[in-house]
Amino acid sequence: MNRQTSRAGELHQPEIKDYAIIGDCRTAALISREGSLDWLCLPNFSSPSAFARLLDPDAGHFSIRPQASFTVERQYVPETAVLETTFKTASGTVRLTDLCPVSDSVGSLLPMREVLRIVEGISGCVELEIEFAPRLHYGRMRAPIRRLTDAVWRCGGATELLLLNCNLELVDDGPTLKATTCVTGGERQHFSLSYVERDVGTIAPIGADADARCGRTIAWWRSWSGLCNFMGRERDMVLRSAITLKLMTFCLSGAIVSAPTTSLPETIGGARNWDYRYCWLRDAGLTMSSLVDLGFHEEASSYLGWLLHATRLTRPNLRILYDLYGRTNVRERIAGWLAGYMNSVPVRIGNGAIMQRQLDVHGQVIAAAQIFAASGRKLGPLEAKMLANFGDVVCKQWREPDNGIWEIPGARRSYTFSKVMCWVALDRLLSLHERGIIDLGARETPFRQTRADIADCIESDGFNADLGSYTAELSGHEMDAALLLLVRFGYKVASDPQMIATYDRIEQVLGCDGLLYRYRPGHDGLKGREGAFGIVSFFAVVHLAERDLVQEAIQRFDHLCAFANDVGLFGEEIEPQSGRALGNYPQAFTHVGLIHSALAIERARRRIAQ
Amino acid sequence: MSASDGFSWYLPLWALVATLAMTSILEASRGLGFSRLSLPFLIGTFVTDQRGRAVVIGFIVYTLGGWLFAFVYFMLFSSVRIYTWWFGALAGLVHGLFLLTCALPLLPFVHPRMASEYHSASAIRQLEPPGFLAMNYGYHTPLSTLFAQIVYGATLGGFVEAANWMNS
Repeated sequence: MNRQTSRAGELHQPEIKDYAIIGDCRTAALISREGSLDWLCLPNFSSPSAFARLLDPDAGHFSIRPQASFTVERQYVPETAVLETTFKTASGTVRLTDLCPVSDSVGSLLPMREVLRIVEGISGCVELEIEFAPRLHYGRMRAPIRRLTDAVWRCGGATELLLLNCNLELVDDGPTLKATTCVTGGERQHFSLSYVERDVGTIAPIGADADARCGRTIAWWRSWSGLCNFMGRERDMVLRSAITLKLMTFCLSGAIVSAPTTSLPETIGGARNWDYRYCWLRDAGLTMSSLVDLGFHEEASSYLGWLLHATRLTRPNLRILYDLYGRTNVRERIAGWLAGYMNSVPVRIGNGAIMQRQLDVHGQVIAAAQIFAASGRKLGPLEAKMLANFGDVVCKQWREPDNGIWEIPGARRSYTFSKVMCWVALDRLLSLHERGIIDLGARETPFRQTRADIADCIESDGFNADLGSYTAELSGHEMDAALLLLVRFGYKVASDPQMIATYDRIEQVLGCDGLLYRYRPGHDGLKGREGAFGIVSFFAVVHLAERDLVQEAIQRFDHLCAFANDVGLFGEEIEPQSGRALGNYPQAFTHVGLIHSALAIERARRRIAQ
Repeated sequence: MSASDGFSWYLPLWALVATLAMTSILEASRGLGFSRLSLPFLIGTFVTDQRGRAVVIGFIVYTLGGWLFAFVYFMLFSSVRIYTWWFGALAGLVHGLFLLTCALPLLPFVHPRMASEYHSASAIRQLEPPGFLAMNYGYHTPLSTLFAQIVYGATLGGFVEAANWMNS
């Protein structure tokens, strides 16, 4: 927890890291330190928003905050995704509890989606101001809010309906409901926001029923967190990262979104604004490894199912990203009516990167399957066949240029890391074949030959003898922090002099205050300077741990964790000078990096202890 | 008896051909990347969570179902005494619309392994819900499903029409 003072009546755009996430594994809401729900897409992560003040002051919010100046303390209920925000004023203290209830809406009449906000007076009397301003369709639709019953208000579009249930006397102020109320010690107020699409709306009860839903949700999250088998020193951060990753898992298909937001800028005021509410394959191997190593086998199984079956529409070729259901129609549009976070325009809906090519994705998916199988789980014959087919694609395409793991626009190039992941694809397939998990048959010999050819190519052209380092591109001289993963994917051992030299060079060229840029700033040719990259900064920790440099790894890990916000969340990037979070938030893969590095440290500790 | 009486000894054969044509179109649409919908797989997973077994069981049940359902079509043709390919196609279109708008949306509530928009994260459901017009399985799913159903109906109606023409 930490504190921050806000003055009465003062409204400002919160920092990205001022937000915390709540969710139900289908969608997620971002809530500011000042108690404002400023981002929520319904019914799913990549659906249009109902609240988007994150991207425009007039695009919808639902705030509950004291009228007077206040200080804020914030935390998650331990081992849960239930957020507690405590406001302290001169006259008293109140606690705001925010959650998306985990409810069985099939065996009951509970709504399709619900956000539950509970205000509890702790001491004294606090005058609260409440504003409910939904703006459907990314703020484009100002649907009227109408009273349904004494306590229930409705706001609907053509196919969707929002229902707000609360016992306060709200005042209809155009497209906004407002109220002020004094909450005294021991008093509780409930605000249930429910949503339904293409169905009869149902009103979630408030009062004791709402408290029971909150209690059940806390119990569910604690039960889920109990599955986490990581018991090392870093458990709190690892568990928070695992919960964040779970929040970005779409439970209806098994997909994992990169982030629940769109167009939070990588440069404040710049145009590096992308829609991340989709599922990238580029981190599949590390994500699977994190899930399996932490003991979340159900999630691992669902994720592999999504990787292999939801991507069927394009098989055996793979796109770099898919939507929640594995569809590829994610055409990029500009939401010109939105001002953007701190005037960072354009706001994009959809992601044009889907047209790019990344040769590493087959390797990522095959590595994910191999990690899953290595954990003792079975791969079916159909899955085995799909994986072998992926190997054929790799053999056919590995020499071709691509856009690389970082989706660098413009001309395709021969990226070293992409070649390494092609090597990984064939290496893992041969490993699965050798262990009798899949049968490559006549493919074995050509796969072995191609694997050797790729390795020859990487060693002859991907390693620059003058620099003493692997390089971002074949026959190049630029650096790429993704090269740190060569150890993790088994292409090299950490103690290999070439890898140590590569780490040193990456540190020298891309390092900044204990953080790493993914490539030299400006290398991508886009305007503006992006921040240091969260996940690759954690790759450095993994590298140090793999070399058994445990103390250095721990120091670096702790240094990186200090860039998290007060509730342990990371964005995609970190501005080195200020420590502010940049890019879409929270970012699943930064948290994957954190988990991965903590696991690497723990493994190193065990190796040294033996 | 003649086909125009609504019955022919060849009806079971025509029903089988129509079912195979419909199944082939649906499977081809999967292979070509238009849709991920596999009705046999969804049917098979009612009884088993093993993919390979589900596909085989599903295909058997689905083929039998399609074969038996053809007799409902024949009864329909007989009831209005219209024995043409286009009337069969119209019946297939209505059948397909019913499937997309009513039957598939109902599936998450009766299928033991399918998630619905109302299931929470606590429910261990492995099959994704079809969504509106089954478009969660690909945006072209309504088109491929309707096309397959139209071909199914048109094949049945067309066989009866052809038999009548040959008998006349």
